[in-house]
Amino acid sequence: MITVEHLTKRYGAFTAVNDVSFTCVPGTVTGFLGPNGAGKSTTMRMISGLTPPTSGRTTVNGVAFRDLPNPGRHIGVLLDASAQHSGRTGREILSLSAQLLGVGQKRVDAMLELVGLHGAAEKRRVGNYSLGMRQRLGLAHALLGDPTVLMLDEPANGLDPEGIFWMRGVLRDFADRGGTVMLSSHLLREVEAVADHLVVIGSGRIVADGGKDELLHAGGLYVRSLDPAPLEKALAEAGLSVQPTRDGGFSVAGDAETVGRAALAAGAVLLELRPADSGGLEEMFLRLTSSHDSHDGSRPPGHAPAGTVGAGAATVASQKEAS
Amino acid sequence: MSALATPAAGTHRPVRTARPSLARLTAVELRKATDTRAGFWLLAIIALVALGMVIVQMFTGSAEDRNFADFFGGAQLPVGILLPVVGIMAVTGEWSQRTTLSTFALEPRRERVILAKLSAAVLMAAGAVVASLAWAALANVVAPLVTDANARWEFGAEGVGRVLLFQVVNVLVGTAFGLALLSTPLAIVLYFVLPTVWTILGSTISAIETPARWLDLTTTTMPLLDGDLTAEAWGRLGTSLALWLAVPLALGTWRVLRSEIK
Repeated sequence: MITVEHLTKRYGAFTAVNDVSFTCVPGTVTGFLGPNGAGKSTTMRMISGLTPPTSGRTTVNGVAFRDLPNPGRHIGVLLDASAQHSGRTGREILSLSAQLLGVGQKRVDAMLELVGLHGAAEKRRVGNYSLGMRQRLGLAHALLGDPTVLMLDEPANGLDPEGIFWMRGVLRDFADRGGTVMLSSHLLREVEAVADHLVVIGSGRIVADGGKDELLHAGGLYVRSLDPAPLEKALAEAGLSVQPTRDGGFSVAGDAETVGRAALAAGAVLLELRPADSGGLEEMFLRLTSSHDSHDGSRPPGHAPAGTVGAGAATVASQKEAS
Repeated sequence: MSALATPAAGTHRPVRTARPSLARLTAVELRKATDTRAGFWLLAIIALVALGMVIVQMFTGSAEDRNFADFFGGAQLPVGILLPVVGIMAVTGEWSQRTTLSTFALEPRRERVILAKLSAAVLMAAGAVVASLAWAALANVVAPLVTDANARWEFGAEGVGRVLLFQVVNVLVGTAFGLALLSTPLAIVLYFVLPTVWTILGSTISAIETPARWLDLTTTTMPLLDGDLTAEAWGRLGTSLALWLAVPLALGTWRVLRSEIK
């Protein structure tokens, strides 16, 4: 369990994190999303006691991080997989922490095995590890103290597709057995596959917080017919809010039955009728991303609806403030 | 990829944990100082240079000085110069390698980590003194066989205590410099340059000659090796330590406790 209450961090005139509150509960994976520089890492450093907050508080399992008697037994933290002494071997890094945590060498063996670094890899110096291997070692390090909470900053960085799939499995399994997982990413698609709960941060503020399904399917329906014009007319007549998309379809705020009946009445041949892809959230996320650093906004504007549609506005909180 | 089949990822038993003892933190710090190539070789070089000094003494100087106490004393100078670098690097290495990220996430009470590093430095100084006792004993056994030697063994516990204090003071000053500057090159350079500059200033500017004598660490620690410990010598030692140890230690502790770890 991680709770963050009214957390704020200011550097002079710049506010990196602005009145952020959210909770990560046991049994769930929380995706902490935001473009680079949105305040994700600063928030995570404040949770783990490395950065003093300007105001607000955070707790892990109900206790302030500093007051956890042996924090590594409660929360496994991976903030930067490259922040390890390049001259130590993978095994030595784990053994040092195991000594501090009071867990035995058996636990080190088990973790090396779990992340696939046992054998020759564990005897190599970390300076010779690839980024993917460092992420694996970092996950092993976070799990070493057998914690109930995991907090990982961009853990998929440098992992190959197989590694990403594997890591999702480990995190999902950890949460399914009652653990709390918080992981950050700047890629919506990356956390979508594993998270049940999404917290989106932009310019230091929480701009969306809710269940994944709730947020991703808030964008209404996508409908496309053989001949767009009559369908658009029929939908508008049915009193639905209709937004044309670039590929000739429409995004519609309404339920499938209403849309289907309107199409039937107009005699339109439907080619597609389905929930819109991640809807308002993705749109908002792109906007946040492009306004910060453009190289991440590589996803072309597809058939996602422009602006918020229907219920999207309710769950995507304080959007206007953020943009 | 048998990850999913391995139940080792976590058992989620609620644990009642105790904070790691200072002894355990110190043991971890000692291990950190020796488990890297830089740390290991620096300590190895200190031991070898100390041995070298003892060997040189066996064949130079007068036969009268070839005894246990003098062999032991001779080994102290290289140790006193190099060991503080180990103390510096025990602190600054964490910042240059960014291992502070995991160190302070595992023990957020940073003052305890500082205390463990200082304890580890003191233990390493004690280890160095024990090692030089061994070298001196070895030399005192071998010397009469290969050269003219007086080979006396007289040596008191008081002498060991004085030398131990000398090494402890040196390594703690180094560690304090590391804490205050948090940068390996800066701390090493200033550790060697500042006291030297002070010595030069003191000997050239007559107006500050007296304060220089009270604050020049090189001069004030010499009685610890010579055994010429008068009340005034103790006073000078204390005064100079206030400047070279207490000030950087206080500054460094404040800095480490307050700083943001990135």
